[in-house]
Amino acid sequence: MSAHQHAEGQLPHEPEKATLEGRNKVLGFWIFLGAETVLFGTLFSAFIALRHQVLDGPTAQHLFELPMVFASTMILLTSSLMSVFAVQAMHNNKVKAMIGWLLITILLGLAFLGLEITEFNTYVKEGHTLKTSAFSSSFYTLVGFHGAHVAFGVLWIGLLIAQILKKGLTVVTAPKIYLSAIYWHFIDVVWVFIFTVVYLMGKVG
Amino acid sequence: MSTQAAQTAHDAHTHTHTVKRYRGLLDWLTTVDHKKIGILYMIAGLFFFVVGGLEAILIRIQLLKPMNDFVSADTYNELLTMHGTTMIFFAAMPLLFALMNAVIPLQIGARDVAFPFLNSLGFWTFFAGGVLMNIGWFNGTVPDSGWTAYAPLSGPTFNGTHGMDYYVIGLQIAGIGTLLGGINFMATIINMRAPGMSFMRMPIFTWSIFITSVLIVFAFPVLTVGLVALMFDRLFQANFFEPGTGGNTVLWEHIFWIFGHPEVYILIMPAFGVISEVVSTFSRKRLFGYSSMVFALVLIAFLSFMVWAHHMFATGLGPVANALFSIGTMLIAVPTGVKIFNWLFTLWGGSIRFTTAMLFAVGFIPTFVMGGVTGVMLASAPADYQYHDTYFVVAHFHYVIVGGMVLGIFAGLHYWWPKMFGRMLNEGLGKLTFWTFFLGFHLTFFVQHFLGLLGMPRRVWTYLPNQGLDTMNVISSIGAFLMGFGMIVFVVNIIITWIRPRNAAADAWEDGRSMEWSIPSPPPEYNFKQTPLVRSYDAWWKEKMDGKTEMTPAEPVGPIHMPSPSILPLLMSVGLFIAGFGFMYDHLVLSIGGLAITFACMLLRSVFDDRGFHIDPEEEVHA
Repeated sequence: MSAHQHAEGQLPHEPEKATLEGRNKVLGFWIFLGAETVLFGTLFSAFIALRHQVLDGPTAQHLFELPMVFASTMILLTSSLMSVFAVQAMHNNKVKAMIGWLLITILLGLAFLGLEITEFNTYVKEGHTLKTSAFSSSFYTLVGFHGAHVAFGVLWIGLLIAQILKKGLTVVTAPKIYLSAIYWHFIDVVWVFIFTVVYLMGKVG
Repeated sequence: MSTQAAQTAHDAHTHTHTVKRYRGLLDWLTTVDHKKIGILYMIAGLFFFVVGGLEAILIRIQLLKPMNDFVSADTYNELLTMHGTTMIFFAAMPLLFALMNAVIPLQIGARDVAFPFLNSLGFWTFFAGGVLMNIGWFNGTVPDSGWTAYAPLSGPTFNGTHGMDYYVIGLQIAGIGTLLGGINFMATIINMRAPGMSFMRMPIFTWSIFITSVLIVFAFPVLTVGLVALMFDRLFQANFFEPGTGGNTVLWEHIFWIFGHPEVYILIMPAFGVISEVVSTFSRKRLFGYSSMVFALVLIAFLSFMVWAHHMFATGLGPVANALFSIGTMLIAVPTGVKIFNWLFTLWGGSIRFTTAMLFAVGFIPTFVMGGVTGVMLASAPADYQYHDTYFVVAHFHYVIVGGMVLGIFAGLHYWWPKMFGRMLNEGLGKLTFWTFFLGFHLTFFVQHFLGLLGMPRRVWTYLPNQGLDTMNVISSIGAFLMGFGMIVFVVNIIITWIRPRNAAADAWEDGRSMEWSIPSPPPEYNFKQTPLVRSYDAWWKEKMDGKTEMTPAEPVGPIHMPSPSILPLLMSVGLFIAGFGFMYDHLVLSIGGLAITFACMLLRSVFDDRGFHIDPEEEVHA
């Protein structure tokens, strides 16, 4: 079975697609991301429908600090770039470099999460909680879902680094790295929309 | 590969890793074999079908006479909510998944689905969700806001008990399973087809399941978000659908129906596929207009996402929105009509055999047309103000769901039963099932059109005497009992078949056209000893016409790689089940503990590679 043939010897050119299992995983994951797109699309729709219902709570203009959010955006965009380098290193069979890039990816992910937690903390102190208004409920649900995705990604990629250290780069582990990378890009794209729709439109509109 | 080389390769594989294989109950709890998972889906689906059916019978007993007090108004609300929700999510969906699992890999010449482990996980999450929702019956808090759970009726303000929590969390857990199934079958059909099977050579049932899976993937996440929002409202005092704090109840209607309309097409598409297969097989003819059938499926699926607001004509979206959604809805009649005519033209001039499956298929066609015609009537927004929330709507959707999908499922079960179990269902009892169920169905629901036109509102537990409603309600209830009788006959048929010898031929109906009929009934664990080469549409028929007795192989005989069984999917679902209760009753320990079980299983699955095991089909034969 081809799944184990390459384990000791030379890795094929695109190890993530070398086996049927790998190809299935890549295709299945793209379909999953299609479903995730619909999930976030619905969260965005709910947010857009409810974002002006602030009642007595603080408004978006009052709450949002664009410099901070811009910093988060840059951090997440950079981490996405790092995972591109990781996949490139994987394709060149440079395992150490790949692990390095992955480590930077999750460090940046952690930095993003840290900023988000600080941000939410500030909002709560200003009286903006899940229960405050329809705006606050939909805000925390949308941005929180994204944050949970980032947290899951950090744990996942962390686990994959450990697996690579133990098992090495094989046609079994390579698809996992590849999938975590496209997952990470997807989260990044969602954040670009959150930055635009939630923060920029919240500040302007 | 020379035999010696094959032998060495085989030794290398079997000796490197052995996999523990289970017997008896543990085999069923750990199986990742699509055929066994199909049977599990079928058993669970039939169980919930009986539960939902009994709820329907209780509803019809209550409505047997005016001002009846057989059940209270509250219990009636619970019965109709649970009837609708159970039938759609826990009876119809699993029965479709049963047919998908049992047939699709065989039809495309694959040894299993793309993700056998996920397949098992999908079944167990569905089952955990179904059980969780029905547990409400045992502690007296049952969902009671209708299967649509319209806000604010379903929200914390007007629904303070735990009833709707069971709905929200049960459906959420079951929804995970459905989504996984959709992803799995899309990937399977795209990636796992046998050599030579191009998209336009796929059997029409495979096409219908492919399109169904696409609908699942793009519709179910919407429900997930809706349920999350409702759950946050109910459990954490969020304000999505609470008008008092800025929430919007119409938002729930939009979210629910953007999911809900594709959902009803998820139900009917597989039935289209089954009917096409059955009609073609028992007319001994190639399906008429295959490519237009495929095109119609794709078009119906596309339009299904464009018409959700026709459920909301009375909400007051305004004349422009109502007009657009009216036209969009009526458009669906065009591709559906294409399908009806193709079935008729397939029958035309065929040498028809009226087996039980064929009777269900032939009964489906006029019944579904009637449901479609009332659908077009309802699509007309001005007229809909008259029909809205009356029994006319109840009659319409039972004509398309029972008269469409359930007849399709019965046709499919009778048709593929020998392939699933190696035993033919008794044809006499099957025909009795058909006639009682079919006549009972029309008796129950035909009169409901007129009850609706006379103004009888749906979802109300009783009605006043002498308003012209009495007689038709009696007729409707009698019909329901007759359907119940038909169902009992079906169960008896299953039991009688169960004790008969397992002697169904590979090509059980002798006229099989697609590849599932080229392998033994039931198929061996690995399905195909050699991956078949597909040389045309109706691949197995083509081989038979060329005088062959088996498919042309596309590979030499060799050891076959199989995935290992695993208990993890069951444990993950148990974890979610426990966490669900934790969320409902505010037990932080339970919620965290349950989720910890699930995540721990995910961790184990990721860390320990499944290397599977190998079966040598030659050895199997000798043994």
